[in-house]
Amino acid sequence: MEYTGTRTGDGNTTYDDAIVKLFLIATVTWAIVGMLVGVWIALEIAWWPANLGLPWTTFGRLRPLHTNAVIFAFGGNICFTGIYYSIQRLLKTRMFNDTLSRLHFWGWQAVIVAAAITLPLGMTQSKEYAELIWPIDLLISVVWVIFAVNFFGTLAIRKVKHLYVAIWFYMSFVITIPVLHIVNSLAVPATLTRSYPIYAGLTDALVQWWYGHNAVGFFLTTPFLGMMYYFLPKIAERPVYSYRLSIVHFWALVFLYIWAGPHHLLYSALPEWAQTLGMVFSIMLLAPSWGGMLNGLLTLRGAWDRVRTDPILKFLVVAVSFYGMSTFEGPMMSIRSVNSLSHYTDWTIGHVHSGALGWVGMISFGILYWLVPKLWNRPLAYPAWATTHFWLATIGIVIYTVSMWAAGLTEGLEWRALDDAGQLKYPNFVDIVHQLQPFNWLRLLGGAMYLIGAVMMAWNFIKTVNGSATSRMPVAVPTAN
Amino acid sequence: MNEPRETGYIAAHRRLEGNSALFAVLTTLAILVGGIVEIVPMFTTQAGPETLAGVTPYTPLEVAGRDIYIREGCYTCHSQMIRPMRAEVLRYGEWTRAGEYAYDHPFLLGSRRAGPDLQRVGGKYPDAWHYEHMRDPRSTSPGSIMPDYAWLHHDTYDPSDIQASLRALRRVGVPYTDDEIANAPGTIAAQAQGIVDRLTQAGVTSEPNKEIIALIAYLQRLGKDGRAAIAAGATATPAAPSAVAP
Repeated sequence: MEYTGTRTGDGNTTYDDAIVKLFLIATVTWAIVGMLVGVWIALEIAWWPANLGLPWTTFGRLRPLHTNAVIFAFGGNICFTGIYYSIQRLLKTRMFNDTLSRLHFWGWQAVIVAAAITLPLGMTQSKEYAELIWPIDLLISVVWVIFAVNFFGTLAIRKVKHLYVAIWFYMSFVITIPVLHIVNSLAVPATLTRSYPIYAGLTDALVQWWYGHNAVGFFLTTPFLGMMYYFLPKIAERPVYSYRLSIVHFWALVFLYIWAGPHHLLYSALPEWAQTLGMVFSIMLLAPSWGGMLNGLLTLRGAWDRVRTDPILKFLVVAVSFYGMSTFEGPMMSIRSVNSLSHYTDWTIGHVHSGALGWVGMISFGILYWLVPKLWNRPLAYPAWATTHFWLATIGIVIYTVSMWAAGLTEGLEWRALDDAGQLKYPNFVDIVHQLQPFNWLRLLGGAMYLIGAVMMAWNFIKTVNGSATSRMPVAVPTAN
Repeated sequence: MNEPRETGYIAAHRRLEGNSALFAVLTTLAILVGGIVEIVPMFTTQAGPETLAGVTPYTPLEVAGRDIYIREGCYTCHSQMIRPMRAEVLRYGEWTRAGEYAYDHPFLLGSRRAGPDLQRVGGKYPDAWHYEHMRDPRSTSPGSIMPDYAWLHHDTYDPSDIQASLRALRRVGVPYTDDEIANAPGTIAAQAQGIVDRLTQAGVTSEPNKEIIALIAYLQRLGKDGRAAIAAGATATPAAPSAVAP
């Protein structure tokens, strides 16, 4: 792969855009894989024989593969794509070290491939989003150190004095993820593929959900907010709405997020004080979350007419809107009385997907559609397909979340329903499961639409990069930095 | 960006943005506070999870079964935490006490109930029910959406492998003695034979070294210590949840 790239600020060196391209290709590839596994396990819930009678493809083994693939393979690679592209431009310097960049890239892909092999084999530590066995955990730590050295090295050689807001958010990602990963993964190995965490019972559960909730906070939120702060103003060609708001919501967000984990353990035997802290901080988290949403949406002031015609802006607007919706729903679900209904149900699954498909997925697609024509210096092969993708994805998310709300409320209410004699109204669990089946098929439809959109995007990119599209429509190529 | 007058914290922040090392240090401090305040007290007896007298470690065969439960991802559909609510207690039994998890490395509370909670499944059904349920869930639970786990009835576990698990578990604090670890193969064989005998009485033929036997041993253990301890009033009035939902 040739080293292409625009000149840096001082004109002596070039930005390393080859590494950005590598991460971008990995992003699109793993997006398809992760979403495909998601659609498959959605089918398994609707129609149980879909594992084909094989141990490797049961829901219990593929569900962790799906979550790891979409969070760390798709989500991780798009973060690295966005960060490597933007910090070079924001700091007017090439990345600190090209070799570290490549070690980071190949190391991260090695982690993903190892996950894709071990998880179907049943090699797991069982902690959600931290399932990977201990040797892979070590590899993750090494790769992250490489990334951190490269990141902070780039900051050290920067040619711009002040760090732009996007970089604050990237920094919180680079710093917090290893803290969470290491503390949650502390374990004593029994064999090469099996280990036991040093924590027991509810302490282990608390550490896990401190990790798990902040994987959402610092893997799926702060780096994406950072990318929002770089790409949204660039694409909309408008300055960020409020500098003051960005300062306040950044510090509030990184401080408050870390406390919210215990909301995953409400009504458990976890000490009451910890549950209450988790609930209170989750509710407070609404404010900085909406600070970010408002700063994003208000940045578009004066550019709303372009949203009607530009599919990239459509993706970004819907992404930021879903960020606002899911960060409203989350605090609501952290209230004990609401959680007593929503916990253990598909409502939680719907909530997670409104964040993952709506926020993470849509902002990623918007950034990808903007980056590919710039990086490969070719107009998008099928611009109309991007709009089709947008509508497929948006309608798919709505079908997904609405069906999961309906399923979650149905099971939540029926689990707790009592008859006049004070006995269970639905004593047979399977009877309730059966009432969810129409919603499970609808969820499959929504997820499949989302996947089809992503496949269209991938094909569009392949045709763009190869320049073999039959009809090339001119697209607006935003001006370079 | 809007250009507010750079005074007060805005001016201070602008200076901070010029110092990436200090920015990194402050970010680190900001993200550490919550975790420290919430996690560290868990290791104290005053603020940490309550204990429950009478809860004992899993037997070696149950450890093997638990490893299979983890391998198959049973926790992705089944919880092990009964909340203190009337409907949950009616459906599943006594709500879960913190001390019941004392030897759970890792915890297996689960986060989704695509299937029922298993916290008190121990002793709820005969061994043969579990055997048939894993072979074909619909034979015992008509309409179940759980897949078949037929391979558990063919694949075998390795007693020496279980000893490695026991040694690791001891290092994280489970009080297995040297003798218990050394004698594990014998303990495993005896407990497994008991299950095979009960299966035989129910007209089911199996062998003691099959994975299904270990899984049955684990499932039949679930919630038993806690139930006995609660029945015996071993707890000094567990801290009742403040709000018991309907």
